[in-house]
Amino acid sequence: MITLTVNGKNYQVDASPDMPLLWAIRDMVGLTGTKFGCGMAQCGACTVHMDGTPVRSCSIPVSVAAGKKITTIEGISDKYAKAIQDAWVELQVPQCGYCQSGQIMSATALLKSKPKPTDADIDAFMQGNLCRCGTYQRIRSAIHRAAELVK
Amino acid sequence: MKNPTPTSLDRRNFLRITGITGAGLVLGLSATGSGTETVENISAASESFDITAFIQIEKNGHITLFNPKPEMGQGTFQSIPALIAEELEVSLDKVTIQQTGGEKKFGGGQSAGGSSSVRGSYQNLRKVGASAREMLISAAAAQWNVPVSECYASEAKVFHKPSGKNMGYGELAEAASKLEVPKSPVLKDPKDFKILGKKYPRPDVPLKVNGTAKFGIDASVPGMVYASIERCPVFGAKLISFDDAAAKKVKGVIAVETCERNISGQKSEGIAVIAETYWAAVQGRKALSVKWDYQGYENFNSKDYAQQLRDAAKQEGAVQHKQGDFDKVFAEAPVKLEAFYETPVVSHSAIEPMNCLAHWQEGDRLEIWTSTQVPGRIMADLPKMFGLKEENVKIHTMFNGGGFGRRLYPDYVYETIQLAKKIGKPVKALWTREDDTRMGPFRPMTFSAFKGALDADGKAIAFQHKVISPTLDGRKDYDKSKADGTMTEGISEQKYEIEHMKNLYVHHYLHVPVAAWRAVTSTTLAFAHECFIDEMAVKAKKDPLAFRMAMLTKDSDTKTLIQKLKEVSHWDKPLPAGWGRGIAQYEFFAGLGGYVVEVSKKGTGVKIEKVYAVIDLGTVVNPDTVEAQVQGAAVMALTAAVKNGITFEKGQTVQSNYHNNPLIRINEMPKVEVHILANGGPRIKGVGEPGLPAFAPALCNAIFAATGKRIRKLPFDINNIA
Ligand code: FES
Ligand code: FES
Repeated sequence: MITLTVNGKNYQVDASPDMPLLWAIRDMVGLTGTKFGCGMAQCGACTVHMDGTPVRSCSIPVSVAAGKKITTIEGISDKYAKAIQDAWVELQVPQCGYCQSGQIMSATALLKSKPKPTDADIDAFMQGNLCRCGTYQRIRSAIHRAAELVK
Repeated sequence: MKNPTPTSLDRRNFLRITGITGAGLVLGLSATGSGTETVENISAASESFDITAFIQIEKNGHITLFNPKPEMGQGTFQSIPALIAEELEVSLDKVTIQQTGGEKKFGGGQSAGGSSSVRGSYQNLRKVGASAREMLISAAAAQWNVPVSECYASEAKVFHKPSGKNMGYGELAEAASKLEVPKSPVLKDPKDFKILGKKYPRPDVPLKVNGTAKFGIDASVPGMVYASIERCPVFGAKLISFDDAAAKKVKGVIAVETCERNISGQKSEGIAVIAETYWAAVQGRKALSVKWDYQGYENFNSKDYAQQLRDAAKQEGAVQHKQGDFDKVFAEAPVKLEAFYETPVVSHSAIEPMNCLAHWQEGDRLEIWTSTQVPGRIMADLPKMFGLKEENVKIHTMFNGGGFGRRLYPDYVYETIQLAKKIGKPVKALWTREDDTRMGPFRPMTFSAFKGALDADGKAIAFQHKVISPTLDGRKDYDKSKADGTMTEGISEQKYEIEHMKNLYVHHYLHVPVAAWRAVTSTTLAFAHECFIDEMAVKAKKDPLAFRMAMLTKDSDTKTLIQKLKEVSHWDKPLPAGWGRGIAQYEFFAGLGGYVVEVSKKGTGVKIEKVYAVIDLGTVVNPDTVEAQVQGAAVMALTAAVKNGITFEKGQTVQSNYHNNPLIRINEMPKVEVHILANGGPRIKGVGEPGLPAFAPALCNAIFAATGKRIRKLPFDINNIA
């Protein structure tokens, strides 16, 4: 049994230690907002925060996550996250929406570390999150908008 | 149409507006009672009706609109219910929207593809809404004993103008349900639209920013187990035997079963490892040892196949379209040119991998949850495949994490249903990214051979586009005397007035599963077609836009589109040194779109500076969604133009995941300025696809203008223009 702390709650999961955190979150904790896209840290769909840092949960063994504070899309609630989510709705960013949990987790972390990001900052920070629907232009605008909203 | 028996009514009655698809829309009514799971209960109550049933109004005023078009990012979760809501006079944020699951009563159009959702539903679903509105108004007028003409509907209520009295739809539903259905309901004047034509927020967006939107991959039922399926990496191979002893020793693995995949005319076997967790299933799968018979396909590779297509191009081919006397005019023309264009195989690569959850109950009842573009087709297939009756099947059409044509093919659904049946437990089968990248189906390549001729004044007088390709249905016994319509899509539909034309098709078989891909064959043909038109313009020493306009003397949407492109891109304004601009347009079954792209020289490559898109719709339902769709289409087109694509070696797909089958990332995304033409007219054109085909040729024409290098083969390296 491994104890995971997800969104402030403790869960006992019966997972083999090498199971990626992603599957423990989705299939054992039962939170499905975090998505699977590639399983090799290429797409960012599985992005969660571990002790506040964005990580690709598909590539972190669940044993490594034990004892760390995990936050998923269902658990983000600070002013940065709120601003990002509001801006995402205002600018109607999602298309299919599948990549967007990951985009939002990354964007929230970006805003926290850089409250006024430039286009170049956004491009550098958000590069790890693929969007097959091509919502990139709106993602950029929405991050700028969120930066305004956060004040 | 029968009335439901009184026993099917309970304390809560519903107004049901129903229509028969076919010759025209016939509206009917049935009153039915129900609890919360309305779809199933109504299905039981209206079993004997061959009807569609899109509106449900409960006595408490709650309204549900049924949406037959799966949502995959193209916005049908808003644009389709909007058609009903507009005429019904209800606000979209006050209704529940429910995806249909292939039920007969919702008619034959339960699929999303071909950019057809809005254009196919625009009139019919508005009529559904308008009929209901008229019935609700009549019911209120009767209750108040006032003329119908003194009443109107607004915000889910009927008002009596002179007195200001009003009643909610919920209170009126039962009385309205007993009225005659209007034969020809009066549709609203577009100038009174509150939803249609407006930038209206999509109701699925809030769900997609907090993790609550449910995709196929998110479905679960108690007792569910997981499957990961091993398939032969060599296309066309057959299973000889497998050893699952090691796989079964992996903790959590509970069974190993075979299943059959059937796609694009290709059948193949898979070995599914079924486990208590998905991770265990994947580990168990790695422990399988399998013997395949490659059937001689183990040496197949892209290079040889491409050479075969080049060789096949020497065949005359089947005539796809002919006008004038191409052969003679071309032979005698003073100026002529020829060129050969090549495009690659590409993958759909939706970020949500293929998946399905199948649950058999009591042997002959089946419930499935899946991300699919075609719930209607799945429902139609199940009786012959599994001996199921429609009333015993429940399909949950989930949000699609991308479709792009891939989810028109339910191979992954049927595999899962087989497995669930074999092991007697609900099974969720999920493809890995590697499965998704390697197994196809893929967009096939098309090669194009051109001939063009000009008269002494540089006017285009003869044109030939010969397409060389496999077909999407994967048929080996293709009748070579016929030109395949899909594989020659749009090549004879362009409005350019060229007197002598002969377009041709040469088939060359491919055993790898291929499929429709967003904008289908127009994505490759437009590149070749519109680049060659550019080559003709260069040969004629004409400005490429002016050259096109000179071939458009008659009024057409294409002409209007090019004029609009000229204006929004400031085509005549000189560009800085080292820059170039290119134009392209393409009209095909889904609609009409065009681009002007500007690039600048940067080192050995080019940088995309500006992208202007114009899409012609005739009628627009949600301009905000259209803008997003066109921007997304541009990104997808750019990926297909400048990233690797799919290649084959030793009978297998070389690429496996996003690291070697890359997609455009945010730092590579150009800004796309979108303009919409919505000037009315009889034809409503599609949104999801027409933003794609013209992008690559506009880009390559711009590159020619900037660098003098003509790109005739995709993909190419944008950082190193050879
Ligand atoms: S699923 Fe983790 S990065 Fe793609
Ligand atoms: S919104 Fe569909 S993949 Fe990003």
